[in-house]
Amino acid sequence: MPQLDDRTEPHSELADGVSAQVPTTDEVQIKTPENIGGMGHRKKRKEDPRFLQGKGNYVDDVKLPGMLYMDIVRSPYAHAKINKIDASAALEMDGVLAVITGEDLKAAGDLHWMPTLMSDTQMVLPIDKVVYYAQEVCAVIATSRYIAADAIEQVFVDYEPLDAVVDPFEAMKDKVIVRDDKDKKTNHIWHWEAGDKAATDAVFNDATTVVKEKFYIPRIHVSSIETCGMVANYNKVREHMQIYMTSQAPHAHRTVFALVSGIPEHKIQIISPDIGGGFGGKVPVYPGYVICAVASLVTGKPVKWIEDRSENLQADSFARDYHIEAEMAADKEGRITGLRVKTLSDCGAADAAANPSKFPAGLYSICTGSYDMKAAHVEVDGVYTTKPPGGVAYRCSFRVTEAVHMVERMTDIMAHDLGVDPADYRLKNFIRPDQFPYKSPTGWEYDSGNYEAALNKAMDMIDYRGLRKEQAEKRAKGELMGIGISSFTEVVGAGPSKDYDILGIKMFDSAEIRIHPTGKAMARFGTKSQGQGHETTYAQIIAEELGLPADDIEVEEGDTDTAPYGLGTYASRSTPTAPRPTASGPTRAVLPQLRARPPQWPRGRSGPRRRRSPRTC
Amino acid sequence: MSEHEVTLTVNGESVTRSVEARMLLVHFIREDLSLTGTHIGCDTTSCGACTVLVNGKPVKSCTVFAVQAEGAEVETIESVAAGGVLHPLQEGFWEKHGLQCGYCTPGMIMTAKEFLVRNPNPTEDEIRRGISGNLCRCTGYNKIVEAIQYAAEKLQADAGGE
Ligand code: FES
Ligand code: FES
Repeated sequence: MPQLDDRTEPHSELADGVSAQVPTTDEVQIKTPENIGGMGHRKKRKEDPRFLQGKGNYVDDVKLPGMLYMDIVRSPYAHAKINKIDASAALEMDGVLAVITGEDLKAAGDLHWMPTLMSDTQMVLPIDKVVYYAQEVCAVIATSRYIAADAIEQVFVDYEPLDAVVDPFEAMKDKVIVRDDKDKKTNHIWHWEAGDKAATDAVFNDATTVVKEKFYIPRIHVSSIETCGMVANYNKVREHMQIYMTSQAPHAHRTVFALVSGIPEHKIQIISPDIGGGFGGKVPVYPGYVICAVASLVTGKPVKWIEDRSENLQADSFARDYHIEAEMAADKEGRITGLRVKTLSDCGAADAAANPSKFPAGLYSICTGSYDMKAAHVEVDGVYTTKPPGGVAYRCSFRVTEAVHMVERMTDIMAHDLGVDPADYRLKNFIRPDQFPYKSPTGWEYDSGNYEAALNKAMDMIDYRGLRKEQAEKRAKGELMGIGISSFTEVVGAGPSKDYDILGIKMFDSAEIRIHPTGKAMARFGTKSQGQGHETTYAQIIAEELGLPADDIEVEEGDTDTAPYGLGTYASRSTPTAPRPTASGPTRAVLPQLRARPPQWPRGRSGPRRRRSPRTC
Repeated sequence: MSEHEVTLTVNGESVTRSVEARMLLVHFIREDLSLTGTHIGCDTTSCGACTVLVNGKPVKSCTVFAVQAEGAEVETIESVAAGGVLHPLQEGFWEKHGLQCGYCTPGMIMTAKEFLVRNPNPTEDEIRRGISGNLCRCTGYNKIVEAIQYAAEKLQADAGGE
């Protein structure tokens, strides 16, 4: 029996300068000829030539005539009363046009609060108090970014520090109330449960082995290399708001802006240009965006706001911050029978996790993972603390990472306590292929899967048994070697609407393909790439489905005036969700006609003129 | 704030502008010259997204004043594809999938360009150290290293062929 003391092992590390390479054994099935270039063809990315030559177009590259700049005064306290904001010195500076405070936003129609995507509320700018460090306090509008940065130093805010509460267990005691704007004076936001409590208690009563563990999955920050930013351009005559913004979900953001500002949705255009990485951090609507839009509304000029790195790290959306207590039960054969989980979700000063499911803890109830068990019960409580709000980040966010980490560690611990190899233990407890479609004890339906085959294949690829032998030999010599295993069942695609929703819009995506008379196509989507390469992938999928060459398909996303409504790109949803409509019947019907009768230049007239290279001036 | 006249060569063209003493080179390049291929990713000289070549050496242009570049030769990403033909580094990044969002890419390419002049035949480890002043949040670096290896080989072959 191998030594399985995995709990105390340090992570294994790659030697300095060595990259891990895992060969794949699968043959890629290619169904289209080279000139069509559908799925499986090796293609260089269509978007790369512009990025490689410095010709991308990111938000900070947008320059509009007469554009003003915004900078934000932020709180030096995690919790403090605001007695007074004195902006007079800033306003006297040359080039400073306005200082926007919470009072101003209130006067402009209660814009000092905004709804979060979780049906909570969040301050845009405070009037009475601040509830997290680096919270937006007021904003300066000036003619240059240097003057704006100077002017925020000339705004004097009289704060009265209050006790901060940064530990959710402390917060649950309600000694310091974070949100005294609420009727109920408590930091407890919500309680949510999934699964069957009585059935779970019963399997634990009958269990032969029970293991328990506590986990803290700490706050993390996505830190995309491009920070967040916006250029808002309000046209008073047209009563039209044009917004360039770092947005992973331009249409959803348009709807939010309409709801917050009262500007009718058809008078708002959001353009999400090239994005320098999103990772979930460009899903939430931050106060800075709203203030910037208001600044343009007030001044009637385009206003640019680009967050700096410190602001991005201090105040933008975090993820995780889950305190988990888990128990797993097994019967006398060692088979997993149940899972009982209690979790405290530290939401920060607002519940703003921007998660697209109908559940406050996102997709956390996927936590029974790939294992078949009789019962499970999950409880989560959301708590306010004096920390920035958030909850969304990369690697299967919406609480799937937390769920998977927990169940995989519990499985390891159970295997360890039973003295069984963790891979064998997983093989024994996986949902079997003949059990699909499988209804999980927390209510998810798994349509298909063969987890055993997948793990066996992975084990063959790395020669798992050989590695265990090597590990035993090394350990005999006193050398440490660790082997980690994790299986992962995730809900991807952020759909269907039965379980998914944001703002009552539900979750879906759309595509619109226009085929031009010459057989070239323009395809537009409601998703938004932040580096994923949609322009290439989508073109290949359309090529596969419709038989048009991928090179003849221009893919466009991010402009709400031209793209069809969609819910954006996050949660690994875009490729499985967005290009599917491309294979629809009507599109297929049009193509044969075009192929049969391609447009011809009329006889007797000279042909189309050769394209000349544009003259340089 | 005092204004100063600066004259420098950017991508082979001489430019003269009046700038504030505190104007950062990166803002001068991006805003006064509208060369937006040079990016800003941090405020602590950490990310390298703003890397340009000043007199042939890679410099984080967010940490240099425009006035310090007086008389200098500055090269930005916009000059790398000479005559519209991609440089072997650009080719390498494209071929080896060395980019995702593309935001770090110009800085990476500028750093790598000078690095390959100093070290035309680098080991993988030397490449990793060579780009250690540039951060990429998307790729995980392996593909960037392969892109630079590709360029090194191509440049060597081109040099050998002459
Ligand atoms: S912007 Fe210059 S190093 Fe980050
Ligand atoms: S490609 Fe996005 S940061 Fe490097």
